[in-house]
Amino acid sequence: MTGLLAACVGSVIEAWTELRVHRTRVLLSLIGVAVAVCSLTSVVALGDIAQQATIESSERSNGRPAALSLSLQSQDDQPTDDALVQTAWTEALTRYDVTFASRIIPRQVDVQFVDGVAAVTSTMVDPAYGAMHRVSPEHGRWFTATDINRLAPAVIIDERLWARLGSPDLALNPTISLFGVNPVTAVVVGIVKSPPYNLEPTMFMLNAAYSRIESTLQAATVQPAHPAYELWVPPENAADLMTHLQSDFTATLGEGTIVSVNRQDYAAYGQDPNLSLKLLVSGVSVLLLLLGALGLLNISLVTIRQRIQEIGIRRSFGATAARVFFAVMMESVVATVAAGIVGVMLSMLLVKSPWATDLVSQGATDLPPFPLEAAVLGLGIATLVGALAGLLPALVAVRVKVIDAIRY
Amino acid sequence: MPFLELHGVGRTLTRLDDRPLTILSGIDLSIEQGDRISVVGRSGSGKSTLLNLLGLLDSPTEGEIRLEGLDVSQFSNRRRDLTRGRDIGFVFQQFNLLHGRTALENVSTPLLYERGATFWKRTAIAAEMLERVGLGNRLSSTPVQLSGGEQQRVAVARALVRRPRLILADEPTGALDIETGETVMALLDEIATASNAALVTITHDPSIAARAHRQYTLEDGGLIARDLITPDLISRGPVTRAKLSGCNS
Repeated sequence: MTGLLAACVGSVIEAWTELRVHRTRVLLSLIGVAVAVCSLTSVVALGDIAQQATIESSERSNGRPAALSLSLQSQDDQPTDDALVQTAWTEALTRYDVTFASRIIPRQVDVQFVDGVAAVTSTMVDPAYGAMHRVSPEHGRWFTATDINRLAPAVIIDERLWARLGSPDLALNPTISLFGVNPVTAVVVGIVKSPPYNLEPTMFMLNAAYSRIESTLQAATVQPAHPAYELWVPPENAADLMTHLQSDFTATLGEGTIVSVNRQDYAAYGQDPNLSLKLLVSGVSVLLLLLGALGLLNISLVTIRQRIQEIGIRRSFGATAARVFFAVMMESVVATVAAGIVGVMLSMLLVKSPWATDLVSQGATDLPPFPLEAAVLGLGIATLVGALAGLLPALVAVRVKVIDAIRY
Repeated sequence: MPFLELHGVGRTLTRLDDRPLTILSGIDLSIEQGDRISVVGRSGSGKSTLLNLLGLLDSPTEGEIRLEGLDVSQFSNRRRDLTRGRDIGFVFQQFNLLHGRTALENVSTPLLYERGATFWKRTAIAAEMLERVGLGNRLSSTPVQLSGGEQQRVAVARALVRRPRLILADEPTGALDIETGETVMALLDEIATASNAALVTITHDPSIAARAHRQYTLEDGGLIARDLITPDLISRGPVTRAKLSGCNS
């Protein structure tokens, strides 16, 4: 056992000494390997971030898997009975134990600014909406259940609206005045990023709070409600739940109402949106890696021919053929592993740089850590390349005749 | 029991035109611990081939080589390599130091093939050996920073660091001036005597050959004891000479 340990350590020392003595040659040959490992690892890591960014973007607009959308449409263009719908909705949530669900009602709400009144695109939601759509306020907080009973309704405004209010400190509980027959003062509890597709200010308010103040607002701003109903349920229950909701609502609202329940999250399509890009960049990286390995193999073979005498001398000291084979292999593997470590470190620096993160993340909030599998993949591939590039020189080294080698 | 014995050993190569070329024939030689043997011969007489056979670097095409009574032809390649590393040390004419390595690294390299405490203490052992050959102050010098004499002393230290029982020196003074050559040979003698190792020196230099207890000449593939060479013998031809060499082994 100690003999084996000594043999292993001895081989590594031999390999390392060889690398140290020929560092310039080794360095030049390994640049290709390091660059290839760096690019391959970066592709995997940046791919993860890009994927997360795409997922988050999709979840912000369509909800998280499995996001179900319930829509109701009257066949005779008569408005549906809101009270009946509300009862059916509440019963369904209780019956199927759905924790995350929200009614979503778009509104235009007049807000009093210092320079006059302006309509603000508003979305009335339930508290669960924030978790369902990954709404994470930049400042302050999202709605909680306690906000439902506030006398002064809580609002969450976007950065544009916040800027228009003069960017007040949230710690001072800033308010906005909702214009109407009897103006209502609302308290700003959070600030979210402005949606990139909308240049106008926007805000969120709770459905329950809005329903209490709706009648006090100016008649002109009151529009008919067309609520959307969304649920966030476990993906494995989604299909069953869709069927049950469909039949329950149809039974409650009657045949005159068309009930459709759809799944709207990205996972429903079952395909990685970045797959083609990842395949393309991975292909380029693998090609780069092959070129690096070829360069390494070429230099190793030339070097072995130059080192024949040295191998002969080592054999005269008692180095067995197996030991020479292992040492030459180790030399290649140690070198490429070192190059792999450099490549992975470069990749980490690149992937974690603000420039790269901003470029790829596209505003994603839950950025994944540097993926361990990317680092392992990079190092694994470096080792494999080293072993393959070392195999041929090692075979040449073993075939060297000791007598001829010493006199070479 | 002799450490190494050659019985009727011959080595024949095949030329490119498939004709055989006999380099050595009917060599008998016995090497005991502490022996001092020298072999002289003209270029191409087979001195190095003999050295390769003695060092288990090559196999005879006829006869047998016995190491401590065991037939070496029965050894696996691995056992030959291990035996060579453990029991035989080489000193080459061109020193053959490992390029780019310090004197200390060169001397400690054979110890990389050791095991146990010797392996783990290889640097200290190598430093001590360099101290013995008078290079304790040149541990960090690479071959290009050393004179020819110093390089050969490093080579001697490297050959002896594993305490071999047989030292094979191939023209050890061939690349040195007379004075340095004498110094190196004295050193080899001294260290070999201290460890009771046998020393076989192959040389062109009669004064170096004269240091040995037993002196041989290689001629026409046969090994002849120097004290038996007479003008009469020379006229009789190689077969008789081979027989005579056997009488003296």
